[in-house]
Amino acid sequence: MAVALLLIILSYIAVRGITSINYEFLTDTPKPVGEGGGIGNAIVGSLIMILLASAVGMPIGIAAGVYLAEFGDNWFGKFIRFITDTLTGIPSIIVGIFVFTLIVLPMGRASAWAGGMALALIMIPIVARTTEEMIRLVPNSLREGALALGAPQWRVTTGVVLPAAAPGIATGAMLAVARVCGETAPLLFTALGSRFYNIELDQPMASLTVQIYNYAIGPYDVEHKMAWAATLVLMTLILLTNIAVRYLTRKKY
Amino acid sequence: MSQVQTTTQATEGITATQRWNIRRALSQTGTTGDAVFRIVLFASVFIILAIVVGMVGMMLSNAMPAIKHFGFGFLTGKNWDPVRNEFGALPFIYGTIVSSVLAVLIAVPISLGIAIFLVEQAPRKIAQPIAFLVELLAAIPSVVYGLWGIFVLAPFIREHLGPILQKYLGWLPLFQGKLTGIGMLTGGIILAIMITPIITAIVRDVLTAVPVTQREAALALGATKWETTKVVLDNAASGIAGAIVLGLGRAIGETMAVTMVIGNMPQISASLFEPAYTIASVLASNFAEATDELYLSSLILIGLILFVVTFIVNGLAKLLVMTVTRGKSGTAKAA
Repeated sequence: MAVALLLIILSYIAVRGITSINYEFLTDTPKPVGEGGGIGNAIVGSLIMILLASAVGMPIGIAAGVYLAEFGDNWFGKFIRFITDTLTGIPSIIVGIFVFTLIVLPMGRASAWAGGMALALIMIPIVARTTEEMIRLVPNSLREGALALGAPQWRVTTGVVLPAAAPGIATGAMLAVARVCGETAPLLFTALGSRFYNIELDQPMASLTVQIYNYAIGPYDVEHKMAWAATLVLMTLILLTNIAVRYLTRKKY
Repeated sequence: MSQVQTTTQATEGITATQRWNIRRALSQTGTTGDAVFRIVLFASVFIILAIVVGMVGMMLSNAMPAIKHFGFGFLTGKNWDPVRNEFGALPFIYGTIVSSVLAVLIAVPISLGIAIFLVEQAPRKIAQPIAFLVELLAAIPSVVYGLWGIFVLAPFIREHLGPILQKYLGWLPLFQGKLTGIGMLTGGIILAIMITPIITAIVRDVLTAVPVTQREAALALGATKWETTKVVLDNAASGIAGAIVLGLGRAIGETMAVTMVIGNMPQISASLFEPAYTIASVLASNFAEATDELYLSSLILIGLILFVVTFIVNGLAKLLVMTVTRGKSGTAKAA
């Protein structure tokens, strides 16, 4: 068993180790890709699409989670829960294909909208499930107290239960964002990628993950180095988010 | 009575008694706010349903041309030739199955070992950081694994592991052939590393869900620690099976890391060192360039196959896990 342990730790350290053999001068050049260049546009692109995804995915996910928690104790709720759980396991590339047929084909071109929507679709089931679990954790006495004071049920949920569960929901949301940060496949043919800075939502947009992929499979050594640098940026972001989530959830007892 | 009118504007034409009943049916307290609230919430749930139905429907309709053209032969055809418009899915199905099975074969002993160690043997102080590390492994994005695979694992296999395997096990057709470091074996190993955290997390959940009374009973009957562990494992068997199936499902659908290390050649070969192609990889590499309608349609058809398979596998896994945890489903991130 100890051997198994060592294997895992070794591979993990190997992963971290290689990504830190990096070239710092690349990590903060916000120039578009050229001969030297950097990944600035990819970072911005990723951020924009994640924001887009959150703007759509969070409300829907949270609302669905609330429904499941408050009204979902029947066969229908079980069915929806099952479907949602299975949706979390759908390969992200399939989501990409779906959004491709839904948004890219009619629009005629790749766009940040499509990329953002694909990420939102991945986010929704995750957010819904964590929201539901967080809301279920809110003790019933709070609900009963509010109802006893004469609040209608919707008031109870929005005014009492949601604020009580808010920290938990926020951490669930952060986890979903961390997960979505690292997604590449759905963005491959929805947002495509671009060599330029751009903030127009109906044009192709670069993203950190796709950029890493493109650099890694190319034949140029320079690009490989940039891929590692970009990975460092990405990993820092994701690891920080994950550690923050873990820290926050540890405090509440 | 004005409240009745605002919520039921869409249902004019129904009698007054029926109008009243609809609003009552929607919410327990019968107020407008409640009805609206419930509708809004239900709409979001409906969106989720629509997503699933939409996915299947869209893909089905777009895959129709390929289905009509190839029929069942699509699944058994060996040639994937975009130039000649010949599309057979067998190399990808083969690649997906072999790489996933390989991954599971490698990952399961390791995951089980870690999970048992964490739950049964380790004191809390060691268990926490290790569990943390394992979960962090799960947070690493697929591309990063792929990057590591190309530049670390592939050379390792090419220069160290591969020659060893060829020297001692080269008589097996599994290990013959040219050794480039990019191929089925590399893909399988990367997948194994990627699914280990998932299997470990679920097995841990499942093992802790076994009632303490079982352990106590075994110990009371004089069992050693290892024998108690075996009892717990027996109890959790279907949950462990579920964890393995879930890992399999994840391996089947994994795209980026596999695309980067598996070589992307649609061929069927007995050797693990040869490059291969999985369904997810072919979708990732070829989708953006598929211009011809039949090409696109065939790709979507392959995607549909993957979707259905993943759906079934994941559903099966959830059912298996629930039999042990009995509705107390594991954390969402485990999926």
